[in-house]
Amino acid sequence: MAKPFEPKITAFVCNWCTYAGADLTGTSRIKYQPNIRIIRLPCTGRIDFMLLQKAFARGADGIIVSGCHPNDCHYSSGNYHARRRWMVFNDLMEFMGVDGRRVTFSWVSAAEGTKWAALVNEVTDAVRQLGPYTEYQRLIGAGVA
Amino acid sequence: MSRIGVFVCHCGENIGSTVDCQEVAARCKQMPGVVHSEDYKYMCSDPGQSMIKQAIEEQGLDGVVVAACSPRMHEPTFRRAVSEAGLNPYLCEMANLREHCSWVHEETDSTTDKATDLVHLQVEKVKRNKPLQPIQVPITKTALVIGGGVAGIQAALDIADSDRKVILLERSPSLGGHMAQLSETFPTLDCSQCILTPKMVEAARHPNITLMTYSELEHLEGFIGNFKATIRKRARKIDEKLCTGCGLCLQKCPTRKISDGFNEGLGMRRAIYVPFPQAVPNTPVIDIQNCSHFRKKKCDRCVKACPTDAIRFEQQDEWITVDVGAIVLATGFKIMRSDQFPEYGYGAYPDIIDGLQFERLASASGPTQGVIKRPSDGKEPETIVFLACAGSRDAAKGVKYCSKICCMYTAKHAMLYKHKAPHGKAYVFYMDIRAAGKNYDEFVRRAIEEDGVKYIRGRVSRIYEEDGKLIVKGADTLLGGRPVEIKADMVVLATAVQPNDGQIDLARKIHVGCDEYGFFAEAHPKLRPVETNTAGIYLAGACQSPRDIPETVAQAGGAAAKVVALFSRDRLTREPLVAEVNRRPSPIYSDCVGCFLCETACPYQAIGQETVTDRDGKLYKTMAKINPGLCQGCGTCVATCRTKAIDLHGYSNEQIYAEIMSL
Repeated sequence: MAKPFEPKITAFVCNWCTYAGADLTGTSRIKYQPNIRIIRLPCTGRIDFMLLQKAFARGADGIIVSGCHPNDCHYSSGNYHARRRWMVFNDLMEFMGVDGRRVTFSWVSAAEGTKWAALVNEVTDAVRQLGPYTEYQRLIGAGVA
Repeated sequence: MSRIGVFVCHCGENIGSTVDCQEVAARCKQMPGVVHSEDYKYMCSDPGQSMIKQAIEEQGLDGVVVAACSPRMHEPTFRRAVSEAGLNPYLCEMANLREHCSWVHEETDSTTDKATDLVHLQVEKVKRNKPLQPIQVPITKTALVIGGGVAGIQAALDIADSDRKVILLERSPSLGGHMAQLSETFPTLDCSQCILTPKMVEAARHPNITLMTYSELEHLEGFIGNFKATIRKRARKIDEKLCTGCGLCLQKCPTRKISDGFNEGLGMRRAIYVPFPQAVPNTPVIDIQNCSHFRKKKCDRCVKACPTDAIRFEQQDEWITVDVGAIVLATGFKIMRSDQFPEYGYGAYPDIIDGLQFERLASASGPTQGVIKRPSDGKEPETIVFLACAGSRDAAKGVKYCSKICCMYTAKHAMLYKHKAPHGKAYVFYMDIRAAGKNYDEFVRRAIEEDGVKYIRGRVSRIYEEDGKLIVKGADTLLGGRPVEIKADMVVLATAVQPNDGQIDLARKIHVGCDEYGFFAEAHPKLRPVETNTAGIYLAGACQSPRDIPETVAQAGGAAAKVVALFSRDRLTREPLVAEVNRRPSPIYSDCVGCFLCETACPYQAIGQETVTDRDGKLYKTMAKINPGLCQGCGTCVATCRTKAIDLHGYSNEQIYAEIMSL
């Protein structure tokens, strides 16, 4: 029997809020699904959306980008840059034909361990429903991505 | 080929119970570049650290991955261990198997698979780590304290007592701040000026403190250890060196009817004045808006009166630039004024006053010499109603927070009134009594039980005047909302504490953050309460949030300790995880094309411009240059850069792409 599909989720998180929030999820022993792999960055402002495309190219079925809430950025404005860039990237994705449901942008603070677990479960379930993201490979083949 | 060592920690049962650590270590051995892999019960223990050191020495490792808890927990521990074995500390990375894996998942194969992936990710990263050297920055060992209230005075004294130079800046003509205005202080009822003025004098006389009153910060540039501050020293129109503070000029000044700010508008001062008799420095100031010499080009009575010829009508503002290494912000607060309350008559009734005005009435050095009198007719009130939470905890007024000090000072006001007029009646309307502090609740109980102050739990909906009395209409919520009406002679509003005027402007000038209300934001609400997110700038007192005197003094001492700790070193060591613009051989010099998007994106003004000229001095190229002393390593510029000319040490593109490729 073939193994049921398990999605591959890649998360890009900032060190100060979401990474610490995910640490808090651990310290609080809140359980979530093990499909996620976290990549730690200093700030969401560091996230170049080429990274997201690379993650899809490597076979990620879903992506989470999460950082500090507006106003709470450790570097005072990095998350605003990320938010602006995100608007542009959203349009670009739509233009390229990338399924917008595959990327989730969220704010999770260092105090929101519960929110992080809920977010991961929500995204994992949603992406499991969507199935494997083989479409992206077709986009690569078509020279779009 | 890399020689990476992987060390998998069981963390007792914490990781070992859900992750098969032996299996992870075995799988890691198969990863390309990994030459050593082992697991151990407690990697952070002494024997665990020795294992790492031993492996580095014996196997000649050039990179280490410790798969254990969160790097936020033990990264410094393992980096130290690695450097003790002679390896650059930045060649050590941690995989977070505990918080991000074992604690959040059940014991299944996929948990062990995830653990392996997490280690693999770090292995791929560490292969691309570069040895980094901590950044060394020189330090100017002079501190700038902005604000001369009790917070600023205390911070300045503590720093100066540690044998460091301090510049104490105050925008009004005298030190003292709000504390100098207070009559007595809770919960001891000792006189505020009696405990403050000796400190003011000490600050002025201290050989390490340079006092700059009537001066404001105009501009700030630089970074921790190396700030350059431009200060505007406003003209007092008095030669400070010649003035002896005799006060003869004050007596001769014919312009007498100017509302006195120090007395909160309850008294009058002259056009040449010292804010209060104990002012430090005791040098007067000429208020050029009101002085007849400046308004009508006549009158020189002060010039004639001055025995030392110290009056200088022609004196101009000066701009002074100073080098400082650290800054303490102690700019204090302001209170909401009674004209912001439509329900209480928009400040139209002179006998509705705010807390600071009551302080001046109760103060022995105040406009009434400490006799409580109505501002309207000078009669002594027989009934006073005190309203706590006027504006505070009221989202409609934009103040959702508790102003913290009002419960206590309202109890103090009621108590002072009862002491001065034992037959008078004092009522307090309150929401909750928040008297958390040493001897605070006892103090409130004393007001109620010994001094007979009537506390009514409820809000006041309206105040209006009728037959010379103020009718206070409210509800008693402890009696099921029964309406209460009190005929009062005077009403005191304990209005909300707010950020001081100009605080947002100052925050922008010096690039520190503010919270949603405009108070300065601390670096961490619990663990770094006296630091800002801008390195080298510290906080003291009510500029951060409402605070009482003991807390303010304690925080000022904390800020001073941070400054002194910073100054205890000759050079500053900083994490080298900063961004850098790449270099290419001539004639390209760098991939940077000089668009300077990064310059606008940088939250720290760390990016400047650099020019490349040819031999004849002709401009060849302008490109970005990052100051590693200022850069905090957020990486916003890296993502912004169009040509990928900027990279961030520790989180380089190469490293992150390698992490992604490992998945």
